[in-house]
Amino acid sequence: MLVQMSDRGPDSAGVAIYRDPVDDGYLKLSLYSAAECDWSEVRDRLQESFGKASGVEPRASHAILVAPVSNALIFAWLDEYYPALQVMSVGSAIEIYKEKGLPRDFVRHFRLESLAGTHALGHTRMATESAVTTEHSHPFSTGLDLCLVHNGSLSNHNRWRRRLCDEGIAFQTDNDSEVAAGYMTWRMQEGDSLHEALQHALEDLDGFYTFAIGTREGFAVVRDPIACKPAVMAETEDWVAMASEFRAIAQLPGVEQARIWEPEPATVYSWGS
Amino acid sequence: MSNPENLRASATFPLHVINEIHRAADQGIYEIRGFGAKRRVPSFDDLLFLGASISRYPLEGYRERCATNVTLGNRHAKKPIELAIPITIAGMSFGALGANAKESLGRAATAMGTSTTTGDGGMTEEERQSSKTLVYQVLPSRYGLNPDDLRRADALEVVIGQGAKPGGGGMLLGQKITERVAGMRDLPAGIDQRSACRHPDWTGPDDLEIKIQELREITDWQIPIYVKVGATRVGYDVALAVKAGADVIVLDGMQGGTAATQDVFIEHVGIPTLPAVRMAVDALQDLNMHRKVQLIVSGGIRTGADAAKALALGADAVSIGSAAMVALGCNRDVYADDYAAMQTRAGYCHHCHTGRCPVGVATQDPDLEARLRPEQGATWVRNYLTTMVLEMQTIARACGKSHVLNLEPEDLTALTLEAAAMARIPLAGTAWIPGINGQ
Amino acid sequence: MARFDLEKTSLRELNAWLHGQPDAHVAVLNPAGRHNIAVGVDAETDIDIEGHVGYYCAGMNKNARITVHGSAGPGVAENMMSGEVRISGNASQYAGASGHGGLLVIGGDASGRCGISMKGIDIVVAGNAGHMSAFMAQKGHLVICGDAGDYLGDSLYEAVIYVRGAMGLLGTDCIEKKMSPAHKETLAALLKAANLTHPVEEFRRFGSARTLYHFDIDNADTY
Repeated sequence: MLVQMSDRGPDSAGVAIYRDPVDDGYLKLSLYSAAECDWSEVRDRLQESFGKASGVEPRASHAILVAPVSNALIFAWLDEYYPALQVMSVGSAIEIYKEKGLPRDFVRHFRLESLAGTHALGHTRMATESAVTTEHSHPFSTGLDLCLVHNGSLSNHNRWRRRLCDEGIAFQTDNDSEVAAGYMTWRMQEGDSLHEALQHALEDLDGFYTFAIGTREGFAVVRDPIACKPAVMAETEDWVAMASEFRAIAQLPGVEQARIWEPEPATVYSWGS
Repeated sequence: MSNPENLRASATFPLHVINEIHRAADQGIYEIRGFGAKRRVPSFDDLLFLGASISRYPLEGYRERCATNVTLGNRHAKKPIELAIPITIAGMSFGALGANAKESLGRAATAMGTSTTTGDGGMTEEERQSSKTLVYQVLPSRYGLNPDDLRRADALEVVIGQGAKPGGGGMLLGQKITERVAGMRDLPAGIDQRSACRHPDWTGPDDLEIKIQELREITDWQIPIYVKVGATRVGYDVALAVKAGADVIVLDGMQGGTAATQDVFIEHVGIPTLPAVRMAVDALQDLNMHRKVQLIVSGGIRTGADAAKALALGADAVSIGSAAMVALGCNRDVYADDYAAMQTRAGYCHHCHTGRCPVGVATQDPDLEARLRPEQGATWVRNYLTTMVLEMQTIARACGKSHVLNLEPEDLTALTLEAAAMARIPLAGTAWIPGINGQ
Repeated sequence: MARFDLEKTSLRELNAWLHGQPDAHVAVLNPAGRHNIAVGVDAETDIDIEGHVGYYCAGMNKNARITVHGSAGPGVAENMMSGEVRISGNASQYAGASGHGGLLVIGGDASGRCGISMKGIDIVVAGNAGHMSAFMAQKGHLVICGDAGDYLGDSLYEAVIYVRGAMGLLGTDCIEKKMSPAHKETLAALLKAANLTHPVEEFRRFGSARTLYHFDIDNADTY
């Protein structure tokens, strides 16, 4: 699907895959290293700190870290020993990989065809107003097992970023999509369900957007009230899929039997949760 | 203005603001008018050239060549545009202007070896016949758009916006929607035209890329495709236009004109041409596309000096709209009664939207149009363009250039802090560029 | 009959050939959702596209009869001048945008902004049409056999809309109007051309209230 979307988004690609859920009490992190990293050294130190049940599995410029730790503990540990590593995702099942450059190359570098999971979100980017870097790529994760991809351009994200910083959300970039992800995290921290958070987003976020949000159990899709940015859905008995262009869906197995439709404006659709 | 009692006017509520508030209180709607921004903004007037000295040597006038030709759109097209001079005529609609005005412009441009551009009303036979090189606009309204005109155009120009109203659509009031204009636009005659501000079938640069491909496929990759933007977030827009596949970028600063728009839009939205040019060139250079995707700059280009300064900052060409209308007679000191009937005077008129243009340029009224004979109009514009080119060459030779495109930023100096910061040119007498260095 | 397999031939070759002297009948295989298939055709030819297409299929069509055996992406038959375009499946946003003439038939549902800015095209949707359909529609006819999405006919000029199914919210300046015998005749002809058999009595007609034709302070809310 990602390669089909390359023309729309040649700048970078990213994917969030939900797979291999860890046991209770464990956390899974996706880490990114801009420079060459000796991941086996990271693994050794991790196991020294937290026991043999911890592990580090490298994949291209990223690695998946698993350890029996809390959020606070692992972040403190990373801050102390590996401040240059960037955390792409945190949760029990989510793994986020992202990279600058063509989607085709991304798929190859990360050997995506070797991965299998319950669900996944992918994104190819044409940068509108912020820089083209790995950190600026989607999906953005600002909460446990939560991620967001975005097609469109928000128009009131700068003031929201300042407000969300005051609410304790941390941002790595000046990207509008990251603000949307941070907004979702904040709403859910405030007790909203995924549905309620997206309803609030429709009221609070301005601009043109199609959002796809990934959660532990499934995903959600919402379009702004003007709904100019594209979105196509397809659903069979076995799977449900969403894409910006139909040709990304056209290759999926069983698509001939799928129900195909386009989401209505200002309406939250969700599966799994 | 005489003030023998020495009364003190308010800077916050000067006379024109007081008049406008009275008008709003009477009418309850925004003011719609023609022309461009009237307020003073930092502009090319705040830059000067550094002519030859002991360290730089000038070229002799007339004898020593100073070439002015430019090629546009050689990135993809089989038939790029070759212009003899780096000054084109900007998009102005048939509807906004009358047929005689469009024909005059076409003839003058043909004589000078440059191009004209259609506008929101589509392509007229007169313009296609009279203009040897014609750029065909694809606008949000899509009035009159058809594949036959697409194919007999010499270039296409996808219009995202214009400097007078970036984010706004076209506007034409009922008094100018004659049967002919209405027919071309598929509207009932005499109504006020409402126009879309977004294209009907694409939103965003990811879609634009597909749209540009469509236009290329329809025209069999023969002709260049321009993308025109009003100057706002120029850095992003230029980068995105390049990524979407534009062959040429047309950048219209806030001083750019219009035949009819809300005054509040004209005066308060968009950035001046001066910083816009620099930002566009920076963006092109960052993408290593300067001179590969060409840049045409418009918005308040009035003289050969303005054109030379735009080129020195990195533009490949400039485009004139309001100035071309003035050359055709706009605001000429004749027909005083007709100006007075619109509550204005020659030199102050911005009443294009009324359709009562006293000099027959921005009107569909046959009696008024008859005041502009195409032969006379063509001569005026041709003379004006010739003058502009001579002015450019004079400056370029004085700076030691055998081609006007060899003018560079280092040939310039700035008179004000704002201009120095906006154009990234040192303040005269110093090496100081605010924001870049501390000298 | 000429055949083009887009897995083997480039889109550019196909379109260039169609712009020349195409055969009376052409089949296009494996479109696989590609964009800009059969754009700018100006010929009396029948083109069968076997599969789904992406953006702007049949854009600016003149005279050709183009059938997509599948679904279409955004902007199908945009700015069509004449001829016929038929989609067996669904059409995405902006179907028939700014079309000047000809007939567009959508066998499934049309998405948002169907018929936006239409300037004379006739569009018949066998299923539902999405939000903001016929936005700023100037001329032509839009027939919706299913349900109409919200804000139908917003800022309508002189185009005429017929709806058989449920209505959402009406757009600004769009009102229901009576069906005269002439309107019924027009509708019947359009349905026949689209191979649909719904009785005209099941349809309602919508058109412009024409209150926005002149700038007026009383309409300030709607600007």
